[in-house]
Amino acid sequence: MTIAPDVLERHGLKADEYQRIVDALKREPTLTELGIFSVMWSEHCSYKSSRVHLRTLPTTGPRVLQGPGENAGAVDIGDGLAAVFKIESHNHPSFIEPYQGAATGVGGIIRDIFTMGARPIALLNSLRFGPLDDPLVRRTFAGVVAGIAGYGNSIGIPTVGGEVGFDESYTGNPLVNVFCLGIANAVDIIKGVASGAGNAVYYVGAKTGRDGIHGATMASAEFDEKSAEKRPAVQVGDPFMEKLLLEACLEVMKTDALIGIQDMGAAGLTCSTSEMGSRGGAGVEIDVSLVPQRESGMTPYEIMLSESQERMLMVVKCGREAEVEQVFEKWDLHAVRVGEVTTDGKLRVKNRGEVVAEIPNGALTDEAPVYRRPMAEPVYIKEVQQLSLASLGTPAAPAEIFRRLLASPTIASKRWVYRQYDHMVRTNTLVMPGMGAGVVRVKGTNRALAMSVDCNSRFVYLDPFAGAQLAVAEAARNVACAGGVPIGATNCLNFGNPERPEIMWQFAKAVEGMGAACRALDIPITGGNVSLYNETDGRAVLPTPVLGVVGLIDEADKVVRRAFQGAGDVVIMLGETREELGGSEYLKVMHGLIRGVPPVLDLAREAALHRVLIDGASTGVIRSAQDCSEGGFAATLAECCIGTGLGVDVEMPGAACATPGLGDIATLFSESASRVVVSVAAGREADLLALAARQGVPARRIGIVGGARIRVSIDRRRVLDEPLSEAEHTWTTAIERFFESARAIA
Amino acid sequence: MKFAVVVFPGSNCDHDAHYAATHVLGQQAEYVWHKDTSLGNADVVILPGGFAHGDYLRTGAIARFSPVMAEVRRFADAGGPVLGICNGFQVLLEAGLLPGAMLRNRSVRFQCEHVLIKTEQTDTPFTLACRPGQVLRIPIAHGEGNYYAEPDVVARLEKNRQVVFRYTNAEGVQTEGANPNGSVGNIAGLCNERRNVVGLMPHPERACELALGSSDGLVLFDSVVRAVTQGAFAAAR
Amino acid sequence: MRARVFVTLKPSVFDPQGKTVTDALHTLGFAAVRDVRQGKYFELDLDTRSVDDARRLAAEAADKLLSNPVIESYRIEIVDEVIA
Repeated sequence: MTIAPDVLERHGLKADEYQRIVDALKREPTLTELGIFSVMWSEHCSYKSSRVHLRTLPTTGPRVLQGPGENAGAVDIGDGLAAVFKIESHNHPSFIEPYQGAATGVGGIIRDIFTMGARPIALLNSLRFGPLDDPLVRRTFAGVVAGIAGYGNSIGIPTVGGEVGFDESYTGNPLVNVFCLGIANAVDIIKGVASGAGNAVYYVGAKTGRDGIHGATMASAEFDEKSAEKRPAVQVGDPFMEKLLLEACLEVMKTDALIGIQDMGAAGLTCSTSEMGSRGGAGVEIDVSLVPQRESGMTPYEIMLSESQERMLMVVKCGREAEVEQVFEKWDLHAVRVGEVTTDGKLRVKNRGEVVAEIPNGALTDEAPVYRRPMAEPVYIKEVQQLSLASLGTPAAPAEIFRRLLASPTIASKRWVYRQYDHMVRTNTLVMPGMGAGVVRVKGTNRALAMSVDCNSRFVYLDPFAGAQLAVAEAARNVACAGGVPIGATNCLNFGNPERPEIMWQFAKAVEGMGAACRALDIPITGGNVSLYNETDGRAVLPTPVLGVVGLIDEADKVVRRAFQGAGDVVIMLGETREELGGSEYLKVMHGLIRGVPPVLDLAREAALHRVLIDGASTGVIRSAQDCSEGGFAATLAECCIGTGLGVDVEMPGAACATPGLGDIATLFSESASRVVVSVAAGREADLLALAARQGVPARRIGIVGGARIRVSIDRRRVLDEPLSEAEHTWTTAIERFFESARAIA
Repeated sequence: MKFAVVVFPGSNCDHDAHYAATHVLGQQAEYVWHKDTSLGNADVVILPGGFAHGDYLRTGAIARFSPVMAEVRRFADAGGPVLGICNGFQVLLEAGLLPGAMLRNRSVRFQCEHVLIKTEQTDTPFTLACRPGQVLRIPIAHGEGNYYAEPDVVARLEKNRQVVFRYTNAEGVQTEGANPNGSVGNIAGLCNERRNVVGLMPHPERACELALGSSDGLVLFDSVVRAVTQGAFAAAR
Repeated sequence: MRARVFVTLKPSVFDPQGKTVTDALHTLGFAAVRDVRQGKYFELDLDTRSVDDARRLAAEAADKLLSNPVIESYRIEIVDEVIA
């Protein structure tokens, strides 16, 4: 049977890809086989556009227990324990149905963690939306936050931090990236592998329905006017079912009765069977008529492609089947035998004993198409990197700029968001969300883990290589501010249509920059996710490569907080401020522009800065540390004061500025890299300055904590003198205010 | 002495309660599965927070029918101390062991934050080590913590001094602003007529160590240890 | 036989979800909507041919589980599909 062209198109397959299928099978495929190929070869599952670039990333290191290629990565954290973590995206579904799209995204990443044998203990998320004055954006934003909260809270894993950014390019393409971290005994990490001929293949979890069929192909396509019709492709999450699955799976894993286990996420049964077989060098045969079904009359095609949530696939050691079934029964779950492991390296799908699909595993996984897509530097780049500050006219007064930046949703308090997340469940959270890295203790040890997800997509847009490096630096810096040594990273690469050379160029350059920064900072990448086709009607999102960095804090009670701790403490500025307003929040908020070049990053200086922060934390010298990011020094200073009742009085040296009249603006609002505002107890300043000097990091005492105002002088001229209470009010209520009058139903 | 921490499918804060009882208080604690029909010689029963049965239908509505609840009821009827925290409080309400019901928060959103509650009664096993009127800083984390009871029931609760905890400001004054969820009378926690069953929406087990932000919750656990060792609220066996 | 059980909050109980829906409808231009009360709807597929049995079973289920008498009340409709 030859497949018609429109059928091929609906499956997201090109003519040459179809020919490769015919070559791999040495015949025409059945419709079921076509469906299977279409999802496994979709961008989302095969990474066909990105693999050649991802291969260049550093993925090894003395602590790496599991690198890319499994359900999640793992690093050694001492005491025989491992941190298992990854970040994933659920962008397209979150536009179609915000609550469930985000909820099922959370569900998916949690399964990726516990399927490795790790108990999930923390969640973070990195979100992007259009401007909040758009009612549709507000509805999407509210829905996504409610969905993350609804799922994460119900399953009882705390969301301890994250970031939210806003830009016009995300209006029709919100980004929802969810990070999860779990703890496992290093020796008990279990992989998604099928091996041992004759071993039983078991299915457990929710019944299979028609949800999400072609979800993987949807994630690999842009949106257009017809996107609304794709609504049925979004699955509904059941966090209660996942909680039962989590507890039952962790219990079963303790019995050592499993060879391998994998969750069914994108491409459901198809992906888990073929990947497990591929990894184990074995074949998997299943009979779909044995698969528990929620709806009647499901075809093998539908069963194999279904993306019903909360389902796991396991390979059980011979003779241990009854034991496994019993553990699941306790939790009112039914583990059902659906097939077995074979030796022929094929995925064989039967229906009531009759073969409906038979495909060599390799063709679906390792031998899936790998593309070297054409790349070309975009036309916009050279033009947009031109920035003439002088042509922008007389700048507004620093006080006005300060207030407007604090009120900008990208900088303002995200309390409206994280208040909806249970961030305290499991009693491990040492630092409440709000700013910087999330920190959780590791019970049974004296240690803690700091984690942060970061990306300044404006910088990436202006210069993908430099922007991606800055993202790595920022995430690692956030972790170091808390006193954590960065030990591993995961990345979520959100870009537009890779078939456009300019987008592919952005992607390739970003991956290059990320790799270089990770090497320089000695942070291995243990896995991650790529989300392409984030564009609507040809308009792509700002390129957004999100970095999630995990850091180890040897002594949990040495965690360093972000805000000032006491009146009289001395404020020290680490790093140097230069005239670097390119891509800044200042430029966006005051002039509506994304132009210029990103700040310069000296990776050796950045690494030295981290050493100062980590040593300063472990010796107890540093009492608070907050890195400078959007909004520059002034915004950072405000964030150090807000919520403490403590003001500050500092004097900064003016940054050398080529543009006359902009010196103060540059000093206050430049977003120069590798800078941190720290505070130390009175009398300890010499210790920190010496520590910084030993590492070659510029450090300067700039003032004292105290009073009720935020005061900044530059070269002995007072340029900012704001009441703390007002700054706090502006910053705290900025996002809430969008939701007061227009109540969007989540 | 021994704590029994009941675990329903979907309970999440069972680990936290167990950890507080064992690691912070140094006492023995055991998990009791919802299908068990024995509380195993426990001196205190805790129904922990979480999302039993996913909070489907109504919070606590299905959990109240679990086999273990017959034992919990027997234990309570015999005078044993029972503490229902958040979802556990909701289960006690649905089971009729405490009067009233829970509605969605007035804000219609889930809220996780520290609140202040005033201890109004110090003659329950969980508050006998508190000072009368002591204000405690304890976290809440709930979407359905809006306590409701009909006016005559509320009047009776107040008259009988069954309101054990009330949302207040730092000075112990009951204000609108101090009420995070719309609960009638700012009621955060109450006890039964016999005063041995206490339910509260805030999570004291999350406030037993300063490193986590507050150790004000410890006094509820200290109280019950004292109550049991002094024999003040022992379940008749 | 199908039983339809409509569970609603008692009039005296404040309904924050209903209020939110009302506000949202107003924002969308439904000025004529004075108030909204949000409830739950259950469809019970019952193994009986007797309307009285169905009504009795549904009422028992509602009393025992589907509705919380402290804050909710219910009414039942029986759909006799055999006759239909």
